[in-house]
Amino acid sequence: MINIEFLEEKAAQIRMDLLKMIYEGKAGHTGSSLSCVDILVALYYGIMRLDPANPKWEERDRFILSKGHAVEGYYCILADKGYFPKDELKSFSRFGSRLIGHPNNKVPGVEMNTGALGHGLSISVGMALAAKMDGKKYRVFTLMGDGEQAEGSVWEAAMAGAHYKLDNLVAIIDRNRLQISGCTEDVMALESLEDKWRSFGWEVVPADGHDFAQLLEAIGTAPKTQGKPTLVMAYTVKGKGVSFMENVAHWHHGVPDSEQLEMALKELSSQIGGACNE
Amino acid sequence: MNNIPNRQVICDTLIELATKDRDIVVLTSDSRGSASMTNFAKQLPGQFIEVGIAEQNIVGIAAGLAASGKKPYVASPACFLSMRSIEQVKVDVAYSKTNVKLVGISGGLSYGALGMSHHSLQDIAVMRAIPGINIILPADRHETKRAIEALVKSGEPAYIRIGRNPVPDVYSSPEYEFEIGKAVTMAEGTDMTLIATGETVKVAVDSAEALRQKGISCRVLNMHTLKPLDEAAIIKAARETGHIITLEEHSIYGGLGAAVSEVVVQNCPVPVKILGIADEPAIPGKSGEVFKYYGLSVENVSRIAVELLKKA
Repeated sequence: MINIEFLEEKAAQIRMDLLKMIYEGKAGHTGSSLSCVDILVALYYGIMRLDPANPKWEERDRFILSKGHAVEGYYCILADKGYFPKDELKSFSRFGSRLIGHPNNKVPGVEMNTGALGHGLSISVGMALAAKMDGKKYRVFTLMGDGEQAEGSVWEAAMAGAHYKLDNLVAIIDRNRLQISGCTEDVMALESLEDKWRSFGWEVVPADGHDFAQLLEAIGTAPKTQGKPTLVMAYTVKGKGVSFMENVAHWHHGVPDSEQLEMALKELSSQIGGACNE
Repeated sequence: MNNIPNRQVICDTLIELATKDRDIVVLTSDSRGSASMTNFAKQLPGQFIEVGIAEQNIVGIAAGLAASGKKPYVASPACFLSMRSIEQVKVDVAYSKTNVKLVGISGGLSYGALGMSHHSLQDIAVMRAIPGINIILPADRHETKRAIEALVKSGEPAYIRIGRNPVPDVYSSPEYEFEIGKAVTMAEGTDMTLIATGETVKVAVDSAEALRQKGISCRVLNMHTLKPLDEAAIIKAARETGHIITLEEHSIYGGLGAAVSEVVVQNCPVPVKILGIADEPAIPGKSGEVFKYYGLSVENVSRIAVELLKKA
């Protein structure tokens, strides 16, 4: 049984780690990373079958971060899981570092290089197809942004996922309603987004993207319908966990100064008891 | 005259190899007919994936397959594969180093009368600018077979471009020394070197023969691999023959002529004449007619060779 309290405290710790990393590296997509931390924590600590000591284990579940700019929380989680030393997080965004601003597969645990939006779902379709062809049991997860839904290639992949009945594929949308220049509905209206995915033949499961019980249920128990790929619409808050960053488009890639960092860390540390140390 | 198109050779060769290696898979974008892959789809349905008319998706899916241990061959018209899919080629294939083979069918001027939307005359320029992709243009059916066999053994990303129609043989059989990245010397010569790729190799070979009648001795290099480029063969040709003419079914910008010039100018500057398609929407017509219009003909190559030597 997964301990929800453990996941909540782990998420607070990852948020603190990523804020420190962005502060040190003087760059990062703060708001985008904070909004999907809980989804990533649910996947990496509660759902996916992985072996960090053997990153290329053939039966592992696959994860593709299609919204590659939200790399900070991802790196912090991979380090925390032991894919590479936590100390390396200090090299984020530095000259010659492998921890650059978008995932690349030189980093242990990262499956594919991403960063250009609208690529991750096609790659995931390929991985899920390979599993079906080989009769393998692993599942494929991908996390997309909501602004990313304007990319046409997302819908090419959506068609293929349903056409090939990839019920071993789970796509998650970090639906925080904000993109770099404002509200998604003002920039390029996406709604009704759930209906769009449903009409493309996907099993659509809405969830509160900050509620671990809901995330574990929505993502972890997929597929609900045999022969259908799953789309989890995770409703989130951009900048989640740091009150002054929440729902502010500026924090999409804003970098905190030392005072802001201190305020943010103070707020997050109050959420940590002792569950992660047990 | 050979009547087997290179695309047919690719299908036959892949069926033969994929029967032994179940990880070889073929993907098409509603292009199984034009890629001559219908037989592959029929004989090995479990190793065939139809993606529909979605060139971005086909390359992304291929990259995901390759990252999961498959050896995907994406057979799609070169005009779309080298343009519509290019960001997926750059990021999902080249940057991620996935073992994806891009098979650009109906390349160059194959769709001559269909107009610029269907010509692929910038594909070498575009692919060559991306690090980590092998680029191959086989000269005939025998070389196509050898190239596919070599690609199946290689774990690197590659783009291979072929035309639609059968082309005359330049080799009498597939039994010759073929290596990715090594030019083949089709004829020895001392006065100048003709460097060609793909279907223009035949024009170069015939031109050399015509020039020999006029007492001009031409070396002919078949530069079947544009990347990695056989720089040593180019430098040697410049040193030993002093004049170079390049021939390609591609824009005069960014292709074989440009690649050869980059090597020549930095290592052994000698006069280079680039023959290819002018920087304009190519005139519509059958590829033979269009070749002639842009000077990719024995008559024009001979004329230019004589002029080059006169200036010397």
